[in-house]
Amino acid sequence: MKGNFIDNLPKVYGIYTGGFVGFIILMAIGEQMGMSSKAIGICFVAFTVFIYAIIGYLSRTAQADAYYVAGRQVPTVFNGMATAADWMSGASFVAMAGGIYFKGYGYMALLVGWTGGYVLVATLLAPYLRKFGCYTVPDFIGTRYGGNLTRFLAVVVLTVASFTYVTAQINATGTIASVALDIPFQYAVYVGLVSILLCSMLGGMRGVTWTQVAQYIVLIIAYLLPVFWISNKMGAGFFPHFMLADEVARIGELEQQFGFVKNAAADLKSVPKGLAGITKAHSAVNATPWAFISLALAMMMGTASLPHVMMRYFTTPSVKAARKSVGWSLFFIFLLYSSAPMLATLSKLSLIDPSLPTGIIGKSIAEVQSIDWYQNWNQANLMFVSDFNGNGTLELNEFFMGGKAVVLATPEIAGLPYVISGLVAAGGMAAAMSTADGLILAIANAISHDVYYKIIDPKAETAKRLVVARVLLVVIGFAGATIAAMEIQGILGSVIWAFDFAMSGLFFPLVLGVWWKRANKEGAVAGMGLGLLSGLGYLIWVRNGGSGFLGITQLTFGIFGSAVSLVSMVVVSLMTSAPSAATQKMVDEVRVPSGKSILGKQH
Amino acid sequence: MSKQEQHWEKTRGLLFMTLAIWFVFSIGIFLFGAEMNTSTGPFGYPLTYWFTCQGSLGIFVILIFWFANRQEKIDEEFGFSEREDD
Repeated sequence: MKGNFIDNLPKVYGIYTGGFVGFIILMAIGEQMGMSSKAIGICFVAFTVFIYAIIGYLSRTAQADAYYVAGRQVPTVFNGMATAADWMSGASFVAMAGGIYFKGYGYMALLVGWTGGYVLVATLLAPYLRKFGCYTVPDFIGTRYGGNLTRFLAVVVLTVASFTYVTAQINATGTIASVALDIPFQYAVYVGLVSILLCSMLGGMRGVTWTQVAQYIVLIIAYLLPVFWISNKMGAGFFPHFMLADEVARIGELEQQFGFVKNAAADLKSVPKGLAGITKAHSAVNATPWAFISLALAMMMGTASLPHVMMRYFTTPSVKAARKSVGWSLFFIFLLYSSAPMLATLSKLSLIDPSLPTGIIGKSIAEVQSIDWYQNWNQANLMFVSDFNGNGTLELNEFFMGGKAVVLATPEIAGLPYVISGLVAAGGMAAAMSTADGLILAIANAISHDVYYKIIDPKAETAKRLVVARVLLVVIGFAGATIAAMEIQGILGSVIWAFDFAMSGLFFPLVLGVWWKRANKEGAVAGMGLGLLSGLGYLIWVRNGGSGFLGITQLTFGIFGSAVSLVSMVVVSLMTSAPSAATQKMVDEVRVPSGKSILGKQH
Repeated sequence: MSKQEQHWEKTRGLLFMTLAIWFVFSIGIFLFGAEMNTSTGPFGYPLTYWFTCQGSLGIFVILIFWFANRQEKIDEEFGFSEREDD
């Protein structure tokens, strides 16, 4: 890359966006001329992955500073886009609208939690960690508290949280690759993995940064275009976000009219695994305040503790830029998150409203079973109808769908051309790849920098360090792919656990490291160790039939873990001696934005 | 009180103010979710529903930019802002 690459960024990505839109139009023309839907799917996924690989290759580097923190020169807006792509996983892209569709208000705590957390990032952590000048999150913990044990424990928490998360992302890339390229899932997982590694191997953080920006552009177009198109096609309003009040109210009316009939357990047994029916009100408050707030709170504190997000703010040119960049990140995330409920609304109404041509409730079962799109998605195991009451007509409680179908099938149901489905596949792939890249890099960097360089071999040369970093990247990627290929848990479950693990072990050690000078090494060891262990213990207990307490579930066990972490950290810190004068002075310096960073440029 | 201590005092004040606003829109209002949802919010959506879809999310975006600007002003006041070419 040339020296003036940074100045040319708007132009470069402008051309890129234009090129991508041109590609979509080309595919649309191809479809009109009789290109098969399978060929379109392959083209979309292959073309976009190929572009990311080129960006990854062009960003190759042999410098530690570029490999770990992209040379600390990423402008605020672009870092915002990269963070948004880093943040919005395959689960956000494919499963979020589905979650809102089925669970309504109770699920929307995740929307509030996954955005509100950025306020904590901006105010409590990002600017201070940027000033610190660390390469990784454990780098901060290790230097602030001192000692190899704190550094090592931070690596452990980071690895547990990120690894839980990354298997879900590799799983998602595999799912999309297997559908789009029509190959078996256990091979598709490795196709996904190779695509992911192409982005990060050569350029480290620099490569990941510039591919993530490219991936954000693809994923946001792929999410917003169908939402706007469907809304216009249904006549619901040309700007759905401001105009769907009538549709939301209409869903409420229909819910009243149909009622939520509870199915017999025997009937439900015949429904394929993973599919669900509409059993909860769309816009009514259907969860207790504590259920909503505890989930939102866990996600917010988890957001502020997840290392792959935090390390994105190490790449900005200044402390000031780090703060602004958090705002831009959330803005770009907001564009997608505020659209998910709109997509859920459009999708639900188009399916259940008998007065719409696409509505299937109230039609005869035989008629529904003969619809083309129903047959396709039934075959893909994402839709199912069954005449439980034997009246020959489809009732609301007799229609079942997979969560992914809301994003994947709605364009087809609404009658959009197949090119949109290809675009959505490329968007989902971009979302899952960008998050997987960020996570794998976070783990590999922590182990190569903090364990190998800082603890095992502090004299290692840069070239050797970067070789170790790359080898680890591949090893961790393969480990993740191997576990993903075994298909243990659903995508979303493991994503939420990652937040809980991160907040159990890292939230208070990070925050108190900046905001409480008295916090010391012993306290940090207790906070990380006991926090993670108690969170993990609670999860295992609840999973094995434990009743839990205070309404803390297996999705919010981080609240218990972080409470233990806070108490043990404060108690142990106060029982042991205060940190040295040098450490206290270091904390003072971190609090001042100007001046040199605490750690040198090359460390 | 040294310049640095004053700077930190103001920074901390801003933190508490920002977190108070954050608390209201991420936790506070959802204590009254069911009650609030009976009134109509912006664009005609039920009020609590609107907050979960757009309201709280948008307020967080604005809040972070507002916070960043205020913090910059505090840094400038004490001469702690960074050089532009940094």
